[in-house]
Amino acid sequence: MELKAYLLLAAAVFAIGLFGVLTRRNAIGILLGIELMLNAVNINLVAFARYAAVTAGMVFTLFTISITVAEVAVGLAIVIQIFRVRRTVEADHLNLLKG
Amino acid sequence: MSLEAVGFWGLAIVLIVSSLLTVLSKNLFHSVLYLALALVTTAGVFLSLNAEFLFAVQIFLYAGGVVTLVVFAIMLTERLVGERVSQMSRGVGVGSLVSVTLFLATAWALTRTGLPSRRAELSGDLTSAIGSELVTRYVLPLELLAVLFLAALLGALYFARKEE
Repeated sequence: MELKAYLLLAAAVFAIGLFGVLTRRNAIGILLGIELMLNAVNINLVAFARYAAVTAGMVFTLFTISITVAEVAVGLAIVIQIFRVRRTVEADHLNLLKG
Repeated sequence: MSLEAVGFWGLAIVLIVSSLLTVLSKNLFHSVLYLALALVTTAGVFLSLNAEFLFAVQIFLYAGGVVTLVVFAIMLTERLVGERVSQMSRGVGVGSLVSVTLFLATAWALTRTGLPSRRAELSGDLTSAIGSELVTRYVLPLELLAVLFLAALLGALYFARKEE
């Protein structure tokens, strides 16, 4: 397979994830879209690393995967905390800071 | 078609369909299950790129950890509100316009760029190469990652503590 095929696949998954982030109302749904986008970036990194035989890309993928897990843990904790206070996880309803 | 091409297109179709179902399905719980499928398929893509170590990391951390966390969060926020987990989407027209434009722009740029069409020869085991790079050249980011995990752990614990 060409490198182009992997990059196109990753671009498609990224676009789908972006669609999810833009259209979901539920905060957890938005987080799922972000997961898909980060996942697409990881495919890009690994594909470039493999085709150029440079391990740096794979090391960076390791870092992005780990950071994403930490991000999800804190993000979901925030969502649950918001839910405790506001009784909603709809992103549109969280406009407390609106002037 | 070679076996490699068949494997790639199989993975690609499953990945794209499960990603679409993740963002489109009405039930948020089903969304998470499709996300798990997408993550496992991504692990398969890593395997097809000779990244066995990342395959294992992806399965353990993403498909194991993240999906469990998200399911947990959905259960919690659903039980407290007593509503259904189904959800509406908004701005589907604008969202699909932006996403399709982004994809087409990326694809257009990719077709105009000279990219390597064959893989470089591997000189030895990738997993051991990643391991030695991690503790030599990238040892500072690795240590920073440990600090980040500690911060994330403390942050999550702080949010999850009992109300006084």
